[in-house]
Amino acid sequence: MLVIPCPHCGPRNEDEFVCWSEVVPRPADPAALSDLEWTDYVYNHANPRGWVREQWWHEHGCRRWIIVERNTLTHEVARTEPAPR
Amino acid sequence: MTRLQPSRLAAGGTLIDRSRPLRFRFNGTEYEGHPGDTLASALIANGVRLVGRSFKYHRPRGIVSAGAEEPNAVVQLDGEDDEPNVRATTLPLREGLSARSVNCWPNVDFDLAAIIDRLSPLLPAGFYYKTFMGWPGGWSFYGPLVRRMAGLGIAPRRPDPRACEKRFHHCDVLVAGAGPAGLQAALATARGGARVMIADDGPAPGGMLLDGAAEIGGRPGAEWAAGVAAELDSLPNVVRLDRATVAGYYDHNLLTVVESAPRQPWIDERLWKVRARRVVLATGAAERPLVFADNDRPGVMLASAALACVCRYAVRPGARAVAVTNNNSTYRTVLELVEAGIEVPMLADVRARPPETLVAELAARGVELLRGHAVTGVAGVRAVKAARVAPPDRPAGGRRVACDLVLCSGGWSPRIHLHSQSGARPAYDSDHACFVPGDSVQAECSAGACNGAFGLRAALEQGWRAGTEACAALGFVPPAASVPSCADDLPLDVEPCWEIPSPRPRAKAFVDLANDVTAEDIRIAEQEGFRSVEHVKRYTTAGMGTDQGKLGNVNAIGILSEALSQAPGAVGTTSYRPPYTPVSFGVIAGKERGELVLPARRTALTGRIEEAGAVMFEAGAGYRRPSCFPRDGESEAEAIAREALACRTAAGMYDGSPLGKFELHGPDVAAFLNRVYANRWDDLAVGRGRFGWMLREDGRLLDDGITFRLGEDHWWTFAGTGAAGHVHRHLERLLQLVWPELKVYLTAVTSQWTNVCVCGPKARVVLEGAGAGASLAPDAFPFMAMREMTVAGIPARVARAGYTGELSFEVNVPARHGVRLWEALTEAGEPFGLTPVGSEASMVMRCEKGFVSAGFEGDGIVNPFDAGCGWAVDMDKGDFIGRRSLVRDRNVGGVRPNVVGLLPEDPSFVPPDGTPLVEAGAPADAPPVIGYVSQGCHSPNVGRAIALAVLDDGRRRIDGRIEIAGIGRRAPALVTRPCFVDPGGSRMRG
Ligand SMILES: [Zn+2]
Repeated sequence: MLVIPCPHCGPRNEDEFVCWSEVVPRPADPAALSDLEWTDYVYNHANPRGWVREQWWHEHGCRRWIIVERNTLTHEVARTEPAPR
Repeated sequence: MTRLQPSRLAAGGTLIDRSRPLRFRFNGTEYEGHPGDTLASALIANGVRLVGRSFKYHRPRGIVSAGAEEPNAVVQLDGEDDEPNVRATTLPLREGLSARSVNCWPNVDFDLAAIIDRLSPLLPAGFYYKTFMGWPGGWSFYGPLVRRMAGLGIAPRRPDPRACEKRFHHCDVLVAGAGPAGLQAALATARGGARVMIADDGPAPGGMLLDGAAEIGGRPGAEWAAGVAAELDSLPNVVRLDRATVAGYYDHNLLTVVESAPRQPWIDERLWKVRARRVVLATGAAERPLVFADNDRPGVMLASAALACVCRYAVRPGARAVAVTNNNSTYRTVLELVEAGIEVPMLADVRARPPETLVAELAARGVELLRGHAVTGVAGVRAVKAARVAPPDRPAGGRRVACDLVLCSGGWSPRIHLHSQSGARPAYDSDHACFVPGDSVQAECSAGACNGAFGLRAALEQGWRAGTEACAALGFVPPAASVPSCADDLPLDVEPCWEIPSPRPRAKAFVDLANDVTAEDIRIAEQEGFRSVEHVKRYTTAGMGTDQGKLGNVNAIGILSEALSQAPGAVGTTSYRPPYTPVSFGVIAGKERGELVLPARRTALTGRIEEAGAVMFEAGAGYRRPSCFPRDGESEAEAIAREALACRTAAGMYDGSPLGKFELHGPDVAAFLNRVYANRWDDLAVGRGRFGWMLREDGRLLDDGITFRLGEDHWWTFAGTGAAGHVHRHLERLLQLVWPELKVYLTAVTSQWTNVCVCGPKARVVLEGAGAGASLAPDAFPFMAMREMTVAGIPARVARAGYTGELSFEVNVPARHGVRLWEALTEAGEPFGLTPVGSEASMVMRCEKGFVSAGFEGDGIVNPFDAGCGWAVDMDKGDFIGRRSLVRDRNVGGVRPNVVGLLPEDPSFVPPDGTPLVEAGAPADAPPVIGYVSQGCHSPNVGRAIALAVLDDGRRRIDGRIEIAGIGRRAPALVTRPCFVDPGGSRMRG
């Protein structure tokens, strides 16, 4: 079980959190995208072997969404950030 | 009948209490042992040598080791314990214990399946798969038969009667192992002020110090260990556990420790989940057996195990022993056994030149040494009778020496399991012919024998260093050096010896005793093209038995490396996975058993509902909800029909409190709702509500529900019970990550409110009877409006909404008033036939009305247009979550699934949920599936079976016929609009 250092609550066990997905900004104008570009956004993530920036929800803590930089290979957590405001 | 203990030595035994006898049974015979014994040592004390039959060949087996490595003495516990596959070498003896051998029938002395051993030339590695895969029926048919013959123990039939618990623990340093290295590491870190936990699987601290005459600081090693333990126990920053196995090493320095005898007598077993800033591994090393012909006969034992028998338990595993070794450690062991009264006529050393000092010590005690010799085979089937001692290049030559015990040592294998579990890769140490820890991946280090440092002094020094380094790394001041004096270490001088040639070509030389894998099996695997150690393991099953290869793995790697002409380091080890030793399901579950597996959520009304005689079930989101309220003599089906009928003819009432509820405040709520629901919200008047589809970005249903506008900037959203958590996460993600600029506060208020829905033609008069503080007349309080008023004197938010298609009022009151409300409504409804309604009747009514439900029709494929809810989508209002995917659906076109109704021709046939649909008259064999039944029920209001379905191009098939393709039955059905009651909706609007 990973330790996720929540920027609001401090280090907490992974099972307090929900891992959502990689950080992929929502297109500003979905209507401007082709069908292919849109399905790529919805379904295709990079799923890298190595470092990835992800959205996590501290559901059983502060209920804030945070950004977690995690290595999918070594399970290191390099850093976390609060949601951008 | 109690027998004496013929093999108990007259004196000694550091762990046993001779003053008290314990009676136990093994294979039906009663014996006697002492507190402190293990089952294995007590069996040895009673001269029992044959303890089980082997896994595949059913060969007689005896005790090999003195600890967790044991592959043979694996027993079934009877009676209260009812536990399979317990290692006798680690099982503490207790009064009344009853155990028996596994893998034998009818008994261990006469096992019919032992014939397999005679047939064994026909059963090489991979035999079962090769043979049965090709036979008719294949492995799926023969597998169970073969497995029954190879069965290991019987799964318990009753719930685990023990009290188990889990505990979380945080510490600066976790030390695994309380031998000399572990104790030194714990002492250094504890004196430095760190919070320390030290755990050892043994019954007392000391590790190998319990098994020998080694002195530390001028006193016996075990005494020194007890002294250190006492100091540790006196410190407030130390938790020290005996009989506690560090079983698993997981990410971010999370380790599990299984404590099998906690100090609290009311806890039988405890699972610690320990988060340690640093870990010191001091788990020692395990002696390796030697691989030679018939090395599995009862009486062939690890030299160190024999020493443990003598030192810890004062039992003698044999009277006359021949020893064989490839390293120096066995010399002192032999001398101590001689000291204890075991006759050792001979030590065979495969090395040509053992150290002269050791040779002289041996000669002084009259033990004959044969250099360049090995034990090449043993005589005796159920017990060793003699050993053949010969040079390995002439295995049939040499001498036959009568004995009842063969002590072997093939070198030492550091217990690198936890290091490997931590994610690190072990390295091969050719000097010591063993695998040692490689580079650390997590914050851990190894010290002592588990680090390949096999001497006592090295262990004391490395342990202290590991402790002081941990202190420094964590910011504690390392204490002054304290390494006690002891004798100089003797080098191990191990000469790799993976297999001793056999005098007979067909003799079996076992590598893995637990799974009956021979040296020949490893070679066959190599000849058949398996080169990776992981593949050889899976093909031969070496290392996959109950001991997980603790004894045999390194020999298997050695034999494979010779077959491949590679160095063992190039072959590498297989992955070590947690747990180190088997962990009981009981302790993994802890207190989370039965009702506590998933604590039930209750609403304010659950107690009243139970009192009313409801049949309860586990519903979504962990709620205990009523399925129906049977009256005296009524079946559940009758109760469901009565309740569903009452709602459409009189009045019904149900507890809707589990519905998800969210309050939204802020000037941007309307804009936010416009983006998260498919329909429009900014034009909703204050005091009114609207139904909405909340879509995922892929255009599929996340949840549907009603949202009310309580004030200009104050909204109240309802979500489905099961979806409430997802909705909460979804909305918070959008507000925090996607549109942080929107001024919206979202508050989950689900459990703050009791929600009671009164529905049916009499709903209005019931509510008026209970005392409504405002007019309920249709023009004053129209459909889809919400009013704040009192009901039965309680401040309430009342909504004209529901899920039944009838005139409905949802009365929301603060949860603390819930029971009062329920009672007032029950009383007021009595004259009008108001009945409490369970979830089953609700589902019948939603089916009658064709209300789409997430998880039924909302199946991840159906979009709102498919579901016939295009009226709830506004494609022109601007972007919203899911809109672009709906556009794509339209662009792609093709056949879409539609939600429809079905009327089976046979009005009594209720099709099960999920039944496939096919074209009418489709061929019997593999017809194309064109849809499925999403829910079917008997409708008391329609008076027949009805169903909802998801059907390809369904809307165009309305009034046509399809067939419901049930198992063994084709039922024709008429396709209808998905609504069977009041299609115009005048009742709910009335
Ligand atoms: Zn937090």
